[in-house]
Amino acid sequence: MNANLSRLLRAVFVVAALLVPLFFASGYQLFQLTLVVAYALSVLGKNLVTGFGGQVSLGQGAFYAVGAYTAAILMEHFDVPYWATIPVAAVTTGMVGLALGLPALRLGGLYLALVTFSMAVSVPQLLKYKLFEDWTGGVQGIVLLKPDAPFGLDLNPDQWLYLFSFVVGAALFLAANNLVRSRIGLAMRAIRDQPLAAEAMGVELARYKTLTFGVGALFAGVGGALGAIAVGFVSPDSFTIALSLTLFVGMVIGGASSISGAIYGAVFIVFMPNLAEEISKAVPGAIFGAILILFMFFAPGGIASLLEAQLRRLRAAR
Amino acid sequence: MKRRTLLTGLGGLAAANIIRPASAAGTLVGVTKTEIKIGHTCPYSGNASSYGIQGKSHAAYWKRVNDMGGVAGRQINFISLDDAYNPAKTVEQTRRLVEQDHVALLFNQLGTPTNSAIHKYVNQKKVPHLFLSTSADKWGDYKHFPWTIGYAPSYRTEAQIYGKYIKANRPNAKATLIYQNDDFGKDYLHGLQDVYGKDFDKVFVKVVTYESSDATVDSQVVTMKDSGADVLVTAAIPKFAAQVIRKTFDIGWKPFHVMSNVSASIAATITPAGPEKAEGVVTSQYLKDPTDPEFKDSPDMKEWRGFMAKYIPDGDVTDVGYVYAYSVANLMHIVLKQCGDDFTRENIIKQASNVKPVALPLLLPDMMAHTTPTDFRPLKQLQLARWKINTWERFGEIIGA
Repeated sequence: MNANLSRLLRAVFVVAALLVPLFFASGYQLFQLTLVVAYALSVLGKNLVTGFGGQVSLGQGAFYAVGAYTAAILMEHFDVPYWATIPVAAVTTGMVGLALGLPALRLGGLYLALVTFSMAVSVPQLLKYKLFEDWTGGVQGIVLLKPDAPFGLDLNPDQWLYLFSFVVGAALFLAANNLVRSRIGLAMRAIRDQPLAAEAMGVELARYKTLTFGVGALFAGVGGALGAIAVGFVSPDSFTIALSLTLFVGMVIGGASSISGAIYGAVFIVFMPNLAEEISKAVPGAIFGAILILFMFFAPGGIASLLEAQLRRLRAAR
Repeated sequence: MKRRTLLTGLGGLAAANIIRPASAAGTLVGVTKTEIKIGHTCPYSGNASSYGIQGKSHAAYWKRVNDMGGVAGRQINFISLDDAYNPAKTVEQTRRLVEQDHVALLFNQLGTPTNSAIHKYVNQKKVPHLFLSTSADKWGDYKHFPWTIGYAPSYRTEAQIYGKYIKANRPNAKATLIYQNDDFGKDYLHGLQDVYGKDFDKVFVKVVTYESSDATVDSQVVTMKDSGADVLVTAAIPKFAAQVIRKTFDIGWKPFHVMSNVSASIAATITPAGPEKAEGVVTSQYLKDPTDPEFKDSPDMKEWRGFMAKYIPDGDVTDVGYVYAYSVANLMHIVLKQCGDDFTRENIIKQASNVKPVALPLLLPDMMAHTTPTDFRPLKQLQLARWKINTWERFGEIIGA
C-alpha cells in the first residue's frame, strides 16, 4: 500500500472515531468514552515506563490523583478555566514524577515496584491530611462544574468534553508515538533489553530512566485532570490502590509495549467490569478475574499484539 | 475547510438532539402503564462488597411486590448496579440509570462519598434521590438539594444522643474517642462537640483516628488506654469496631464503651470480636434486632422471616443489614402507593416529602418515620442498648433529637 494513502486512511479513521460517537452516542456513552480517553492516557504513561522503559511501577493511580486534584484545586480555589488546568496538571505531575523517580530509580527493579506501590497506598490518606484539607476538601472532596462549549458552539457539555478530551488525547498519543521512535525511545528500549550494553554505548541509565518516569507521570496527570473534569468530583475514595491496579490491568491487557495498546486497555477497564456485572451480580469480581485469565490465555502479549498478528496473517494471505 | 468552520457546521447537526422539555403536568420518565423503573447502586465488588446484601434484599423485596400485583397495576423494574464504592464509578452508573435506562427515581444508593459525587447531578437533573443508605448529616439539606432525602438517624444525631447520655450518667468522665477519618467519623466528633461545647477538650483527653484502608487499630487502642480514660467512644465500621472490642478486652482495659450503631451487627462485628469480649458495650438502635427474643413473635418480624425464607433462603437472618433494607424498602413502597396514579418525578418527590408519621415494619416499637417539605430526615429517634450475654438489651427511653 502506498504510504500516503495509508496515512490518509489512518487520518480518516481517527476523524471518524471522533465524530461518530460525538453525534450518535448518548450523553452517558460520551461520558464513558471521555473516561476511556482519561484512562488511555494514564495507561499510555504506564506503557512508556514499563513496556518501553522496563521499569515496574504500581503507582500510576497516584499520579492520576495528583493530576485530578491539580485540576480540581485550580478550578475551585483559583477560578482557573478548565482547559488551562491541563498543562498545569501535566507540569505538576511531571515534576512530582521526576522528584519521586530520582531516588526510586536508582534502586531499580522490584524496589521501584515497592516504592510506587507505597505511593499509591499513601495518596488517599495524604489527601485527607489536615494540613492540605483547606485545598483538597478533605474527605468531602471537591465538586466541579461541567464546562460548557466555548465559541457559541452548539454542543452540550458531554459532547464538548468528549471533543476536548479527544483532541488533547490525540495530541499526546502522537507525541508518545514520536517519542518512542526517536533517539530517546531507542535508548529507553536499549536500557530495557540490555542495560549493560546500553551503558557501554554511552546511554546514561539513571537520566533516561528518570526522564521516562517523569513523562509517564505527566501522561497520567493529564488523564487524571481530564477524568476529574468529566466526573465533576474528586475525593480520596476515587483514587485508592484499586485505581493503580486497574491501570496496571489495562496496561497488561492492552499490550504493554505498544502505543495503541493503551487504548484497548482503557476500553477494557471501562467496559469490562460492567459486562462482568451483567453476567453475575453475586460474584462480579470472580467473573472479572476469569475474563482476565481468558485474555491472558488467548492474547498473552495483550490485545495490541493479538491484533497485529491477525493483521500480519491477513497481509500474508493476500 | 478550516477546523473552526467544520466544528460550527457540525454543531448545527448536534442541535437535532434536543432534550424533550417537561410539560406543565410534570416530567414522566421511566413509568409506563405496566412498569415503574427504580435505579440503585451499591458495591457488589471491592472492599465494601459486604454491603451488597442490601441490593440483594431490595431486589427480593420488589420481586415480592411484583408477585403480589405490583404498585398501581405496574410491575417494579428494579435496576441495581455495582459501583465498587468508587465515586467515579457511581457517577458513571448513575448516569447510565438516568440517561440510558431512564429510571423514574433513584432509591437507597449506598455510601457517603458515592452519593456526594452525584448529589449535584441528580438535583440538576431533578431526579428523585430517595432514602439514601448513608447516615451523613448533609442529606437533610432540603433548601439546596430539594431532590435528595436521607433515611436513617444521622451520625451527628446519634453522637449527640451518646453525648447527652454520657454527660448525664458519667458527669466526671475522662473520655476518649476513636473515629474513622472521613465524613462519617467526623459527624460523631461534631455531635459530641455539639453537646460538650468548649468543655470537649477537657472531657475528651485523647482523640485518635484511623483510615478505612488501615490494617488494624490495635496501636490506637493501646494509646487510648494509656490516656487513663474511663469512657471510650468508637465511631467505626464493623471491621474496626470488632478490633477495638477485641483489643480493649485483650489488654485488660475496662472502659464504659459506646459504639456507633453502624457496627451493631452481630454477624459483622460481635461474632468476629468474640461475644464474651463485647460484654457491656453500649450502642443505639432504631431497628428490631432479629435475635432479640422480645420480638420473636411480633407480627412484622414474622412477616419478615416469611419473606426471608421465601425470597432469600440463603440469607443470614441474624444480619441487621437485611432488616434495614426491608424497612427502607417499605418506606419507598408507601411513597409509591401514596403517588396514586401520578408517577411524575414532581409528584414522587412531593409524596416522599409528605410522609405522615408511620410505624414501618421492623422499626423499634413507638418509632415513626416522618417527612415534611422542610424536614428531609425521615428517622430521628434512637434507643440505647447494651450487649449482654449474646444479645442487645435495650434500656432507657426512645430518645429524639
